[in-house]
Amino acid sequence: MARMKFLCDAERCIECNGCVTACKNENEVPWGVNRRRVVTINDGVVGAEKSISVACMHCSDAPCMAVCPVDCFYRTDDGVVLHDKDLCIGCGYCFYACPFGAPQFPSAGAFGLRGKMDKCTFCAGGPEPDRSEAEFKKYGRNRLAEGKLPACAEMCSTKALLGGDGDVIADIYRERVTRRGKGAEVWGWGTAYGPGNPGAKAPPQPPATR
Amino acid sequence: MKALLLIVLAASLGLAACADRDEPAAGSRSYQGKPDAHSWDNVPQERASLEARLKLRQLAQDEQRRISQ
Repeated sequence: MARMKFLCDAERCIECNGCVTACKNENEVPWGVNRRRVVTINDGVVGAEKSISVACMHCSDAPCMAVCPVDCFYRTDDGVVLHDKDLCIGCGYCFYACPFGAPQFPSAGAFGLRGKMDKCTFCAGGPEPDRSEAEFKKYGRNRLAEGKLPACAEMCSTKALLGGDGDVIADIYRERVTRRGKGAEVWGWGTAYGPGNPGAKAPPQPPATR
Repeated sequence: MKALLLIVLAASLGLAACADRDEPAAGSRSYQGKPDAHSWDNVPQERASLEARLKLRQLAQDEQRRISQ
């Protein structure tokens, strides 16, 4: 089974926000909630400006999962971290625990009352029956069940945002880095999936001994 | 004697009320919500075709591969 991951290539991201638009459109995300957003550092500084697209990274050891008091999170066979909105109480612990600021809370009334948490699902829906109306309303489109990748990654015009099996996208990225000879660092990869850099060359194999 | 017995009983009940309940260690609990079934559960032969389509789309993200075709 594949282990689904996101990878954003900061050398290629042009801050077009196409991924943000694609996500909002595909999943009909309500006002005030952004499952994905583009972050730019050193804005306006020539040569130092970098942009990255950030959403839930579906961490290997997800902190949101560890802190949830009602255990509404689960992980699919593909390694996608999802949650059950019927169990969520909107406490916000996951928001404080997440290093990427992925959990979002729609405003659900006066005095800043929070609704149930909403986040990127890797376009894999939720615990409702696949491709059902209930699943779409609560979690958005289930593209994985249709044999498609997340809308944000498929929509990316420069292919800065890669999504899919960790091994496949790491191979694509490694080849890219080898060709251009720079930009091996991947933001957030170590935080989400542990030590290891997909842009780094494979360590040399020891010579075979007899 | 009776008073002493009552005091001991009251004290033991009072202290028992202050005791901590056993809490499961962090991470030992698990998801108890609705199970998330696979789309291919009803049609097992669909799985191979779905995974093949997904793999094709992943590889299509590599423009070098697309250009060379």
